[in-house]
Amino acid sequence: MKYLGKKIITLIMTLFLVSAAAFLAFQIIPGDVVASILGTEATPEREAQLREELGLNDPPLVRYVGWVTGVMKGDLGVSYRYSRNMNEMMPVAELIGDKLPVTLWLAAVSLVLIIAVSIPLGVVWAKSGSHVLDAILGVITQAAMAVPSFFLGILVTYLFGILLKCFSPGGYVSYETDFAGFLGYLFFPAMSVALPKIAMTARFLRNSMLTEMNADYVRTAYSKGCGKERVMYVHVLRNAMLPVVTFLGMIVAEIVAGSVVIEQVFGLPGIGRLLISSISTRDFPVVEILILYITFVVIFVYFLVDILYKVIDPRIS
Amino acid sequence: MAAYFVTGEMFQGKGRAKADMKKKNRGRWRKNTPQRKNTPWNKYLTAGMVMTGIALILGVAGFFWTPYSTTAMSASEKFAAPSLRHLFGTDNFGRDIFSRVMQGLGTTIVISTLVVFFSGLAGILLGAFTGYFGGVLDEVVMRITDALNGFPSILLTLVIISLLGSGRQNVIISMSLVFTPSFVRIVRGEFIRLKDADYIKRARMMGAGKFRILFVHILPNIFSVFWVSVMIGFNNAILAESGMSYLGIGVQPPDASLGNMLSDAQGYLQAAPWYALAPGLTIVWLVLGFSLFSEGIRRRAEGKQ
Repeated sequence: MKYLGKKIITLIMTLFLVSAAAFLAFQIIPGDVVASILGTEATPEREAQLREELGLNDPPLVRYVGWVTGVMKGDLGVSYRYSRNMNEMMPVAELIGDKLPVTLWLAAVSLVLIIAVSIPLGVVWAKSGSHVLDAILGVITQAAMAVPSFFLGILVTYLFGILLKCFSPGGYVSYETDFAGFLGYLFFPAMSVALPKIAMTARFLRNSMLTEMNADYVRTAYSKGCGKERVMYVHVLRNAMLPVVTFLGMIVAEIVAGSVVIEQVFGLPGIGRLLISSISTRDFPVVEILILYITFVVIFVYFLVDILYKVIDPRIS
Repeated sequence: MAAYFVTGEMFQGKGRAKADMKKKNRGRWRKNTPQRKNTPWNKYLTAGMVMTGIALILGVAGFFWTPYSTTAMSASEKFAAPSLRHLFGTDNFGRDIFSRVMQGLGTTIVISTLVVFFSGLAGILLGAFTGYFGGVLDEVVMRITDALNGFPSILLTLVIISLLGSGRQNVIISMSLVFTPSFVRIVRGEFIRLKDADYIKRARMMGAGKFRILFVHILPNIFSVFWVSVMIGFNNAILAESGMSYLGIGVQPPDASLGNMLSDAQGYLQAAPWYALAPGLTIVWLVLGFSLFSEGIRRRAEGKQ
């Protein structure tokens, strides 16, 4: 319990630090926000009014505190670029709300694919000991790791979308209208995200298992009469999974990041595309919130990994 | 006189032994030299060297000479399929894709090299000082690198670019910043490992200064470990750079880069698949070649031990 408490406190501390850094960073860059929203032909009165509305006249510290308390209450601020109608600015929460599920589902489907394929693959690879299989898988995984995810996305589009016609590229189905169709469309982007990671995880698991297979406890297990299958799945796999869990944690963080690019390739309306467009239009309230959100996901995943670690290996304190 | 005679004879003996060796090894060029006797042929190293070599030659040559101009458009030759005239075909403006790939390859290689150079240098300096001296600076730097290391590199680069604005220089700056922590961590670990080694203690006893110990005694001994991380860093830099320019925030058109060629090509996938395949496979070629090369070097180092 003490361990858990300590971890939670670090988690919150890190989030605060990141939020401060993100906020500060966007304060010091040059360029007047009001001028960029209204354009050069706005009247001084309108400019002053907007400045007041956005609270830009307050000192930075006050604004930071206001922003953080707002975020904690669920008020994420307003976007500089998008507006709901002529007079009202678009709240960031509303802007992100319907995009978030797309990214989360993409990450979830990718993660399921990675785990479902890489772990059996790694185990079979480690168990077989055949030179031919070793060479084939070695080459395939090495090649898969060298393909950048966006090019893989384009290859998948070409192969499955245009040549085999398994799905129609760009024909995104919203999760609100047809959830099965949505998951079906998501399968191909998820495959592009997952493939290089499957290669990495399988290699990693294989190496980890090969190292564990030389350990003393394996010999002990054999000598007390365990069969090969039992030694492999009960003894070796459990110990070999330890580093793999950390590795998977890193991969989840990378999936969230990788989806930024993949969303662009497949035209998915997720937060990754929003981030890119917000960056290019310098819509900082949106960028700040997205940074905070992604940081939260990353830190939270590492937090989960720490806990999972204890479940797999109770010796760790 | 006597001494001269003895050494003279020694030289003669050595010379004769050498001549014998030569005779024995005639026709087996470099194959039976003592170090190589029992090591099998390192396929990884050869394949990696060949692949990287071809990419490097094409990329560097692209700065001085390309078969066609990289910006010259030709209305009559839109979407020409690959042929002897246009090795990789032509794009939607009738520009020669092979020439543009050469130019883009050069850009990618130069940016990645600069990024690895700057971040490696910063990593050596920061890692050396924090690892050797420890203390408050070490704590601060380590907390920051830990936080940055956990964060996905593409996102971090995006965030820094959103602060600096896009363009070639800013891509180099932001990627160097993002790549530094991984180097700091590795260099620092090595310096901590070596700082209490016997030979360092001796050097200290002999009155070697701190800088001399850092950069003359320790630094050369961490290079084998450092090289591995440089290789990995270089590959990541290639992927990150092409990702950036794919997203449109790297090198700006009309300059060719492999990433923005891919994003242009995506719209013409049905009409001209070669337009996407050429830059994409070039990236794969470069990354694969380099990882085979580093794997080969790693195996060679292991074989020597």
